[in-house]
Amino acid sequence: MKYLELTVGAVLVNNFVLTRFLGICPFLGVSKRLDTALGMGGAVTVVMTLASCITSVISNYLLVFDINDKVVDLSFLRVLTFILVIAALVQLLEIMLQKVSPVLYRALGIYLPLITTNCAVLGAATINAESGRSVLDSTVFGAFSGVGFALALLLFSSIREKLELADPPKAFEGTPIALITAGILAMAFVGFSGLC
Amino acid sequence: MDYMVLLYAILLMGIAGIILGVVIAAFVKLFRVKSDPRADLALELLPGANCGGCGRAGCADFAKALAAGEVSPANCPVSSSEQISAISIALGIDSGKVERKQAVVLCRSFIGEVRKMNYNGVQDCVAANMVAGGPGECRYGCLGLGTCARKCPFGAIEIIGQVAVVHRELCVGCGKCAAACPRGVIKMVPAEAEVHVYCHSPIKGAEKRKMCKAGCIGCGKCSRMLPDAVKMDGFLAQVDYESVTVLDQEAVSAVKCPVGCLLTADERLTAAYNKLEGRGDE
Repeated sequence: MKYLELTVGAVLVNNFVLTRFLGICPFLGVSKRLDTALGMGGAVTVVMTLASCITSVISNYLLVFDINDKVVDLSFLRVLTFILVIAALVQLLEIMLQKVSPVLYRALGIYLPLITTNCAVLGAATINAESGRSVLDSTVFGAFSGVGFALALLLFSSIREKLELADPPKAFEGTPIALITAGILAMAFVGFSGLC
Repeated sequence: MDYMVLLYAILLMGIAGIILGVVIAAFVKLFRVKSDPRADLALELLPGANCGGCGRAGCADFAKALAAGEVSPANCPVSSSEQISAISIALGIDSGKVERKQAVVLCRSFIGEVRKMNYNGVQDCVAANMVAGGPGECRYGCLGLGTCARKCPFGAIEIIGQVAVVHRELCVGCGKCAAACPRGVIKMVPAEAEVHVYCHSPIKGAEKRKMCKAGCIGCGKCSRMLPDAVKMDGFLAQVDYESVTVLDQEAVSAVKCPVGCLLTADERLTAAYNKLEGRGDE
């Protein structure tokens, strides 16, 4: 039950893009076509899952520890260590993918470097650390936050593909109508609040 | 004791940095992908349009196939002959010979002039064609909503007066437009071919005449005068592109097609612009 709450919360109620407003940059940047949106969504989901797992290990066991019955609290280093670890992780993933699965590398490869300093990934890690989640909980939360991100990107890019062909007033063509659409989509997602 | 926290912080970051650095270095060594220097060289010389006209998934894939000797440089439809010879010299392989293609839009009149409805839906040929077979009476002609023009990576198709027209100097013959057209109005023809029958509708002349004044009426004049080069396919005259006789401006003037369907590509472009200007005066 706890995990159901966690997953529904991450995907719908507190959707990273549409209610927390994190990761807006790729949300607008790579949502012009459905296939690029899917690639980016997949890459973010993979990185978010791994990053949440590893950063929660760091924040639970390395940043706060006891020495001679004295608690050493290094949580002020959170952002610094998280960025370092996430950047290194993405690099490792990219190098590995290139060798192990060239097909996947070609699908995700160009999006991976974009994620290195993505605020949605760092946001998931920070939210996990601040709510004091266990490693397993953090990983589940990270994975489904990624799914939520992918869902938002998928919805938005499908709408944008249709918008390309629509005939809006001249002043709204392009980015303005996309931003308005994003706002309406965000309002729709606020409707999920109170679900759990 | 606060100094101890500082010390731990420095230790943590320092050790983390060193460990991650070593791990990344090890990964780079472990998972290095050997790229073919010949493929890299070929990729540098290729135009980088990633149009897929060669049948491969982009220029990088084509370069790899070049290095492996699976294709010849001439398979790239975008490169000029100088670029192709540059690639063949750089790789030390034969440049090969491939027949160049170009796209031609076989219609002169937007949706056959006579409309059966006003279409206000999504401004895209594929969508428009799905609504009761398109807004015009003619179910074979160009819809003029520019799906092909948007697909073209080289900007070679222009919608002039609601009909698509190919600019021959820009078209490289990748075939993306022909694949995108929901009605198959666009045909890939040999690049040397200058004369085409600008109609694509196979229906009977009298019936066609009611809906479009620009279509081929199937009188057969051209195929009688140029039996080698033009063949009748039912009620529609078609230029035989396989034929050894290559038609030119002179042949067009000699035939004097009664509806003006048999044209050179240059004449078609000029006529399209003239019609557009005439429309503006009204």
